[in-house]
Amino acid sequence: MTTAPAQETTSGSPSPVGKRRQGLRTIDPKYLIVLLITLVLVVGEARYSILGGYERLVTTLGLCLITEAFLSWWLRGRVVNLASAYITGISLALLTKPQANILWPFALGAFIAIVSKYVLVYRTRHLWNPSNFAIAYLVLAAPNSVAILSHQWGNDLRINLVIWAFGLIIASRARVLHVTLTYVACFVVLAIVRNLIAGGPLLAELAPITGPMYQLFVFFMVTDPRTTVSTRRGRMIVVAIVALVESIIRISGDFQLALLRPFYVSPPILALAIVGPIAMWWDLQRTAKRAQ
Amino acid sequence: MSTRRFIVTAAFVAALVSVVILNVRASGSVARAGETIHLSEAAHASGIDFVHQRATLDPKIANIAPHVGALGACVSVADVNNDGWPDLYFTTSRFGAPNALYLNQKDGTFRDIAVDAGVAFVNRPGEGVSMGAVWGDYDNDGYEDLLVYKWGYVQLFHNLGNGHFEDVTEQAGLKRWMNSNGAVWFDFDRDGLLDLYVTGYFRSDIDFWHLKNTRIMQQSWEFASNGGKNLLFKNLGNGHFTDVTDSLGVGSTRWTLAAAAADFNDDGWPDLYLANDYGPEELFLNHEGKHFELARAGLEDDSKSGMAVTLGDVYNRGRLDAFITNISERGFLFQGNNLRINFLKELGRFDEVATGVVADAGWAWGARFGDLNNDGLLDLVIANGFISADSGRDYWYAMSKIAGAQSNIFEDAKNWPAIGTASLSGYERSRLLLNRGQAGFVDVAEQAGVTDRLDGRAVAMADLFNTGSLDVIIANEKGRALLYRNGRGGGQWVEFKLIGTRSNRSAIGAEVTVEFGGVRQRQVVDGGSGFCSQSDRRLHFGLGNNSLGRVTIRWPSGREQVLDGLKADELHVITEPR
Repeated sequence: MTTAPAQETTSGSPSPVGKRRQGLRTIDPKYLIVLLITLVLVVGEARYSILGGYERLVTTLGLCLITEAFLSWWLRGRVVNLASAYITGISLALLTKPQANILWPFALGAFIAIVSKYVLVYRTRHLWNPSNFAIAYLVLAAPNSVAILSHQWGNDLRINLVIWAFGLIIASRARVLHVTLTYVACFVVLAIVRNLIAGGPLLAELAPITGPMYQLFVFFMVTDPRTTVSTRRGRMIVVAIVALVESIIRISGDFQLALLRPFYVSPPILALAIVGPIAMWWDLQRTAKRAQ
Repeated sequence: MSTRRFIVTAAFVAALVSVVILNVRASGSVARAGETIHLSEAAHASGIDFVHQRATLDPKIANIAPHVGALGACVSVADVNNDGWPDLYFTTSRFGAPNALYLNQKDGTFRDIAVDAGVAFVNRPGEGVSMGAVWGDYDNDGYEDLLVYKWGYVQLFHNLGNGHFEDVTEQAGLKRWMNSNGAVWFDFDRDGLLDLYVTGYFRSDIDFWHLKNTRIMQQSWEFASNGGKNLLFKNLGNGHFTDVTDSLGVGSTRWTLAAAAADFNDDGWPDLYLANDYGPEELFLNHEGKHFELARAGLEDDSKSGMAVTLGDVYNRGRLDAFITNISERGFLFQGNNLRINFLKELGRFDEVATGVVADAGWAWGARFGDLNNDGLLDLVIANGFISADSGRDYWYAMSKIAGAQSNIFEDAKNWPAIGTASLSGYERSRLLLNRGQAGFVDVAEQAGVTDRLDGRAVAMADLFNTGSLDVIIANEKGRALLYRNGRGGGQWVEFKLIGTRSNRSAIGAEVTVEFGGVRQRQVVDGGSGFCSQSDRRLHFGLGNNSLGRVTIRWPSGREQVLDGLKADELHVITEPR
């Protein structure tokens, strides 16, 4: 889901030894995120057969990589690094849970996700996180065919802890930990607020964040620096607004507001799909005005 | 905009539109004119006015009582008085409410004789409430006996042959407290005596009227193994049964909701197929009655919420395939039903091929294969719908909050949001899928007259009125039982009633393969299958416009009998050669 990690800059020309040490220290965070999502995939598949068939992975990942390679070459004259397409492909393969034995949501989801980076752009930047856009579109436009990963993760605390531990380390290394932690803090606070408003067991409100969809959401989707605002403070505010919109959707669910029913199936992902591009558009405009 | 960018944008829009179009198509196939079955609902007209009542459980789990207690509507078929006309037993689940035994009056009507027969009042405080029943002649005296499985003590009733039954649970060694939702009679060691496999759903230390705590739920939605233990009782032949679960290796604790027994790998020994809620299905292969082995047959990686398992030779290959119901709810969850085609002998596995209307039948429960239009292909009836309450309130969102939770949260019922008056996959219409062979199944429920939206649980089939066509009986949760009377398909048919001699007298587990029109169809005598149901022991084959060819019977004893020259459009009573 992350299209590129936060960039780090270096200056000067270190010695060969220094280069090696620096190289170890400064592995491109992009590849750490690749490593993390591969870990999620391997653990999920080995323990829970989370994919539901390797043809799903092959279809999604293959189409993401091919589409990204082709479009970047065709439209920009060079094949870009395919790490972000890899992350998008695996995310979609994990999150998309369609009706039995149909592959088209994976194929079309992968295609839509990657092409959205080249079509839904403003001032040369794409507005939506690719997998967020594809998943949000699929669940809203194809509810007869597509659902989203919600629980097929075994509900196992140990697996959760492994993913969270690696996720937090890598988020820290990729300098997006503030985004993850802000979201988690906001989710917890707003869960308490929702509980005060709607009643019921508090743990039921907190429970979703212990589930698998949220691991993918907080480590790969909401942290995507290519589709969020440029400042650290801004990113924290945006992610807090995402959590707030998510809570509005959830409260609507608690009070059975039929109008928002299509959104109940995946409140965080749809909240990000609403808030993310607005924030990006506003940030790009603001940055452009400053530059002028 | 450059030409290239325009092309990419156009492709993007085309992809978005394709999603919408394909989504509409996912709703499933529509029947062409003339492709249908004709059923009419005739329960009341036939004298059946049975209404299931839900169990009232400990107030400690009041927040999700409608969810936990939404089970117990069962129907099972047997000719209890050997008059050649199938009779029906229905269960209910409220203390004091009577189960019903409807005796076929041979004139298109039924009469409830449960009270006189002594099989009505089994729902009692301290004893538990009924969840289902299966018939089988465990003592080979020629009369079908009745096993009632419960949330509470299972009960075995011996059919005395005079219209009365005697509770023999204690002397049979079967007085066990279980929270069971399924049982199947089968002769696992081929000794000519029916053995009994009883499935556990909730743990057996749970008394739903005196809960010690609220930690009773599954620890995972899809990988739970903290359910009740399934038990295998071997029939010793002297009216006693003994628990051989552990020595035979079939004590699954995976929240089994349904079981079916048949020889899936053609080795002559009946295997066990389990539909497990919150987990993968399980196939236990029988090794000559000495032990069972949990097979790797392509089932273990596909974890869903198995509700029922029914068997049928879907493509007339002479094999028993399995259909397992699961949950589908628009937007939230597509587990999809499984139609598993049996390639055990060739490839060592089943292939899952369900799509469209076969895969998505809502929150599906009981199901049953049967040739309802006598065209030579097995059609499929699926009962569905979980909780039909306030249609303006839906529990799916609330349940989705807890569904992904870590197991310690999930398994404690007190952490579940209150369901209140909300529906949960309620008011779903039953499905009737017409089998068109290689052209696939098509849903003809509406055209056929199957229009109910009750919370269906059990589905059974029987030629209730000896007309040469299968009728459909559906037991509904907290609702009235339905009898869909068949208007008779155009094709020819043949039926078999088998009587075991060396095998168990009910001939449960006997397999009949009928050849017609260049194909062969296999069926097995039912010792309990689907969800909380058992269909008639008589086997019904539609033949289309074909003449009846060779008939091969493989008796549970292992003996094979070949019959040629039998007439179509008749019921044949076949006694096993000694």
